[in-house]
Amino acid sequence: MSVVTPKMLRPGTKNVARPSAQPRRRKPLKSRAYKVFRVVALIVIVVAFLAPLFWMLLASLKTNVDIYDAGKTLIFTPTTENYETVLGRNNYLSFVFNSFWVAFASTALSLIIGVPAAYSMSRFAMRRSALVVLMARIIPGVSLLVPWYYVFSNLSMVGGYSVLILSHMFVALPLIVYILMSYYDSMPLELEEAARVDGLTHIGAFLRVTLPLSIGGIATASILAFIFSWNNFMFALVLSGADTKTLPVAIFNFVAYASIDWGGLMAASVVVTIPIMVIALFTQKYIVSGLTAGATKG
Amino acid sequence: MTVASLPQKTAWKAYSDWANNHRKWLFAAPAMIFVAILIIFPLAWTLYLSLTDSSGSVRAESDFIGFANYLEVLSDGDRFWPAVGRTFLFTGAALAVQMVLGMCIALLLWRPFKGEKWVRVAILLPLVATPVAVGMMWRLIFDPNIGFANQALAWFGIPAQPWLSGQSTALPTVIFIDIWQWTPMVVIILLAGLTSLSEEPDEAARIDGASAWQRFRFITVPLMMPTIIVAILLRSIDALKTFDLLYATKGRGGGSFHEVETLNIYAYGLSFDYNDYGLSSTVLILFFLIIIAAMWVLTRRRKDVQS
Repeated sequence: MSVVTPKMLRPGTKNVARPSAQPRRRKPLKSRAYKVFRVVALIVIVVAFLAPLFWMLLASLKTNVDIYDAGKTLIFTPTTENYETVLGRNNYLSFVFNSFWVAFASTALSLIIGVPAAYSMSRFAMRRSALVVLMARIIPGVSLLVPWYYVFSNLSMVGGYSVLILSHMFVALPLIVYILMSYYDSMPLELEEAARVDGLTHIGAFLRVTLPLSIGGIATASILAFIFSWNNFMFALVLSGADTKTLPVAIFNFVAYASIDWGGLMAASVVVTIPIMVIALFTQKYIVSGLTAGATKG
Repeated sequence: MTVASLPQKTAWKAYSDWANNHRKWLFAAPAMIFVAILIIFPLAWTLYLSLTDSSGSVRAESDFIGFANYLEVLSDGDRFWPAVGRTFLFTGAALAVQMVLGMCIALLLWRPFKGEKWVRVAILLPLVATPVAVGMMWRLIFDPNIGFANQALAWFGIPAQPWLSGQSTALPTVIFIDIWQWTPMVVIILLAGLTSLSEEPDEAARIDGASAWQRFRFITVPLMMPTIIVAILLRSIDALKTFDLLYATKGRGGGSFHEVETLNIYAYGLSFDYNDYGLSSTVLILFFLIIIAAMWVLTRRRKDVQS
């Protein structure tokens, strides 16, 4: 079943999570016309990607009457009413906590079992074992949900945090193994060998030398694992209970009944997106290096 | 007495030696066990369920019925085959546009310029936004009555469109949303590939008088092929399995006419709306085989390119 071999998923040994200034091309741009075209094109791109998000933010600050008024597309009196309703209703803040706790715990647990595994799989070239872990990436999540639901409901765990955390580890673990394997592949062996010469055991060398040196890779992997877990919808849709709902499920439930409270829905959507965007702004380089892990040949 | 401490010390030493000698499996074991329990076992169970008539409650008795489910699914022209078609249409269309658009944007961002940092941040934001929230956001924008999309069309005198609520326009609209959200992923991967390219071939072709298009077509694209295929591979895995966006915008069964019902949505509905686990598992196994086949074709291409 060697369809997606780890080797092909991460060819070469591109540096991961060491966002260094790579040598950039420095050709002078040719014509003035091209320069103008380029500036216009870049503006169009930025607007195309940001305008919808901006729109969501605007709508979240409007009353529902204003949302229905085409004359008040851009000019209106902003109100925080929607946010007050959303945050006041149904313990919305507890959903924020649920999302955070599930994402945090599943990322932390995945790191604990994923980092040593990635190290071992990289150093001992355990390609087949790595393939099994990475297979998690291509399996449709729905096929895991039925057996999980059966087993966990028999253990009366459905609706609890533990089952959500376990299911989100299914998202986080392959990501962490995948990113850190390519990180360890590119890390020179010499440092560990030097530590061995100085009298450390293999495990000691890993704990005291390799691990501290891979903080960059671990940060990259954790940020991405956290984001993907925070954004995950399907597992919580089935496995969460009334008290353990995560934000995406809470938003989805907004539209399940009757007419849509657009202002409230947009405010709820902003609340779920803002934390992740703030994280993204500050960790942009890590996210980029994680997403491109192993995608290019070094 | 050293005699007393000696056995303890050697016991620790023996343990430590053992751990060091077996570190390969010791390190990998927790992750492997997790995967075996939470992934391999459910997958095997899905395979088993697909051969039974399990339905109703997960605890209900079920009978082994061999390949009857497979026959039923494969001869189902109402839901299954249209879902297969939509899955491929969604993935193919979204992927094609994302690759072309992604390449164009990556080329634009390739050479350094002022304000580069901000453009990159702008591109990253759709990618990290929560898909369900993105779905809701576009639901408002594409709302036939109050949405901005129809408002903008009116400026150009184009009649209002039903967008997500139209039977024939829903699928193109969700494809558009997928393009908006995931083109940045392609841009980021391709940009990383472009920046790691060596300059010499391009330089040589320039000196030989090749035009910009010729250099792109015959130098950059061939050199970028491995990266391009990785981007296609990663994007197609996720696009085939798209769930959040489709469920958030159209709900159960991909809308009342199953307009956006892909295999993933269909299988989810069979399990959790109709509780027909046997049939759902069959669809999932077939879906899984389709994904594997697609990956196999792409990796073969990749090997051809590399050799």
